[in-house]
Amino acid sequence: MEDMILMQNVWKAYPNGVMALNGVDLSVKQGEFVYVVGQSGAGKSTFIKMIFRELKPTKGKIFINHKNIATLKDRQVPYFRRKIGVVFQDFRLLPKMTVYENVAFALEVIEEHPRLIKKRVMEVLDLVGLKHKMRSFPDQLSGGEQQRVSIARSICNRPPVLIADEPTGNLDPETSWQIMDVFTRINDQGTTIVMATHNREIVNKLKHRVIALEGGMIVRDEEEGDYGYEA
Amino acid sequence: MKLRTLKHHVSESFKSLGRNGWMTFASVSAVTVSLVLVGLFMMVMFNLNKIAGDLESNVQVNVYVAQSATQADQAHLGQQLKQIKNVQSVEFKSKKQGLNELLKSLGNDKTTFSDLQKENPLPNSFILKTRQPLDTIKVAAAAKQLPNVSDVRYGKGTVEKMFKVISIARNVGIVLIIGLLFTSIFLIANTIKLTIVARRKEIEIMKLVGATNAYVRWPYFIEGLAMGVIGAIIPILVVMIVYHYAYYTMSVSLSAMLIQLIPYQTMAVNLSMMLLLLGAAIGVWGSLSSIRKFLKI
Repeated sequence: MEDMILMQNVWKAYPNGVMALNGVDLSVKQGEFVYVVGQSGAGKSTFIKMIFRELKPTKGKIFINHKNIATLKDRQVPYFRRKIGVVFQDFRLLPKMTVYENVAFALEVIEEHPRLIKKRVMEVLDLVGLKHKMRSFPDQLSGGEQQRVSIARSICNRPPVLIADEPTGNLDPETSWQIMDVFTRINDQGTTIVMATHNREIVNKLKHRVIALEGGMIVRDEEEGDYGYEA
Repeated sequence: MKLRTLKHHVSESFKSLGRNGWMTFASVSAVTVSLVLVGLFMMVMFNLNKIAGDLESNVQVNVYVAQSATQADQAHLGQQLKQIKNVQSVEFKSKKQGLNELLKSLGNDKTTFSDLQKENPLPNSFILKTRQPLDTIKVAAAAKQLPNVSDVRYGKGTVEKMFKVISIARNVGIVLIIGLLFTSIFLIANTIKLTIVARRKEIEIMKLVGATNAYVRWPYFIEGLAMGVIGAIIPILVVMIVYHYAYYTMSVSLSAMLIQLIPYQTMAVNLSMMLLLLGAAIGVWGSLSSIRKFLKI
């Protein structure tokens, strides 16, 4: 399988002198599902932000789909981001738009054709099981439903990579499993998923590759690994 | 950019202007007030400049020849005057020409003064034009030193005062105009910043899903432009009305004092264009300057 994400000796120093990543080497194959675990301050957020180019590495190379994004010009970043789906802990939905509009928004701003937008939005809402709620507003939905809308939005442009930063962080256990269901379905379609999480139960039960970060370094990388930290 | 996208941006902009109705009203009012003042200032300044220009080109030094001077003395004096530094032209005006001009300016009353033709009291004179209006003072002083000169006149004092007043008015006007323009740019920028803050989340998501900076910027650009242009409408009307009134009531009495105002049409067209452009520039500058930092995501 081909490398979807390839990091070579990646370092990140913040302007205040904090070293968030200290020489990370990593390869994630196409279609893999990877958990990124580690305590607060271990560098998880920095790691995640690097992949969709919210942050630039201080040193090193990051290849996403064979393209080195460390040297990407600011002008090219929007086009790169269209190939990466991102899901956050806080959903980031627009409260004044309906479910349908929230998802369509992502396609409108990249100037997709209206007919294609309609078709694609219905497809992804069907995938996350929220077609019947397309006219609802975010505040009329449960947390889990809101997160599913946000996932629908992140995949509507068919990105080969989906990044999730603590996607179940605000959800109760049962709802979290619904979210994992959706991720599994998306992963089954061939999308590479990188998910930073604190959720021990999910990591231990739904087995996937686990990468543990500590002090900005990869300290563990196991196929079908465990969460590994005491609560 | 696709037409569909442009339509979308325009409708987004006007929706947002409507949604932030009071804020929009405040910004437009700020532009309106500033441009009314700027417009009135410009109206006065343009006219002052023109009057100053007219007067400047009319400033001359009259050198009167002493009655005792012979023809030869007079010709010699003419040569000497030409050699004074910064003198552009020297024109001889005989006492007869001088009298004719005087009588002509008196109009119908000239019969009363017909006696003067028998015994002309006016001296012969030379009229000097200088290269720079401000040279008149030095040239007059130099001419006064020459023999056979009875008197030198150049509107002493008035010329100096006039130049001083005009230059002060110009500078004060320019400073005030720049100040006012920056105030309105600041106000527009601030208002748009508030609407941007309200839509910060929207911009963040746009950037996240891969919208280009240009795409994000467009609606704010259109909003700023619209506010600036709308803000320019009332000032244009005010200036046109005020100048219409001022021009048609004052130009007749002023022309008796040999002062010519800028014609109404010229002023109306030029000033309207200027205010419209200024409004647009203020709006666009304000909006683009406030969105810059929100694009760094």
